[in-house]
Amino acid sequence: MADIQVQEKSRGGKKKPKKGDARVDMTPMVDLMSLLITFFMLTAAFSKPKVMEIVLPEKIKKDEKVEPPKIADSRTLNIILGPEDKVYWYPGKADPDVTILQETDFSAEGIRQVLLDRNRALFRKIDQFEKDVIAGKIDIRQDSMRAAISQLKKDDDTGPIVLIKAYKTSKYKNFVDIIDEMSIVGIARYIFTDIDWVEEKLVVDAINRATATSSGSAQ
Amino acid sequence: MPKIKLGTKSPRIDMTPMVDLFVLLLTFFILTATFRPQETAPVDTPFSVSEKPMMDANVMTVLIAKDNRIFFNVDNGPDTILKFRPKILAEMGKRYNIEFTDEELRLFERTGTSVGVPIQDMKTYLSLKETDDKIALEKGVPIDSADNQLALWILFARQVNPAVQTLIKGDADVDFPIVKEVLDILQDKNVNRFNLITNLRAVEVTDTEITE
Repeated sequence: MADIQVQEKSRGGKKKPKKGDARVDMTPMVDLMSLLITFFMLTAAFSKPKVMEIVLPEKIKKDEKVEPPKIADSRTLNIILGPEDKVYWYPGKADPDVTILQETDFSAEGIRQVLLDRNRALFRKIDQFEKDVIAGKIDIRQDSMRAAISQLKKDDDTGPIVLIKAYKTSKYKNFVDIIDEMSIVGIARYIFTDIDWVEEKLVVDAINRATATSSGSAQ
Repeated sequence: MPKIKLGTKSPRIDMTPMVDLFVLLLTFFILTATFRPQETAPVDTPFSVSEKPMMDANVMTVLIAKDNRIFFNVDNGPDTILKFRPKILAEMGKRYNIEFTDEELRLFERTGTSVGVPIQDMKTYLSLKETDDKIALEKGVPIDSADNQLALWILFARQVNPAVQTLIKGDADVDFPIVKEVLDILQDKNVNRFNLITNLRAVEVTDTEITE
């Protein structure tokens, strides 16, 4: 039915065109096309990576005499990215004699709990707002919703000011992870700054302490 | 009892509607597909919860490979007629007193791969045909303060295309000080807004955690 039929010349008879439609066998074409479609679909679906936006504060040039902004010690939370996916944190200001770094990790019970504890008021507010929008209590458009959330963050004056610092042996993924945590927990104010020598010393102390206790328990 | 004679015709299905649909789908996917040239250095990006898709045009990418080599890439802008890439290369050549021929500039425009060679080797790099020879030349863009070519690439990319946005594609296991160096170079050139390329991962904060 679908094949192009080559007509044999009948012996001396009249040429009688066979009735019935001439159809082409489309199976190979369909095979090829489904193959191509699969290929293009897969490449289209998996080729788009995501991006995470960060904004760093403008650098203070050496010749400019601009004081870095002062922040209250009581609200600051310092996070230091350590080696081997460890995170160290301490509240307030570093004092080489008094401050002891708390060690935690990137798991859900780790640094996220620390941040949530301090940011609960704001987090609840944002969460409640989002729930109200979903429930239809607040009638708001998608783009103004984002603006409203950032306004909530701006008005917040109870949440922590997080200072993120990286120890020299930390990895790039730790940096991405910690900024991620900030957006998960909804921290309004966080900043990435250089580590200073006091904190570096504290990290070294913390690492030494950890190795000392692990070797002590092994004996 | 007379036998029932079955038709000798082979049963065939009319595939025309299916083919029609396939052609339509195929055309759609071919037209929407965007081809990215294969990067020579494999980079495993870290995971994040960010859902913002990557921009299509007006981007410059700083790649940080696992072995700490730095690559730089910039696109032609929203329209290939704008020819941003050859312009940037020409500026770069002017700074280092290297004259690039029209043919070399065209070649650089066409190949969308990232720059991983010092500008001094660019001429030989462009003349090479074999991929293996090219890879051997890719030592990474120098970023030390004596010859900071990455800073110049960023500078010229921003001069030629002021709307360019910065992407950083770093390997998850790269040491942070290298990333910090790159960030410092970008900040020296007054780039304070970055987009880190990541893979999507879903994370949710449970209700019990909120109400605690």
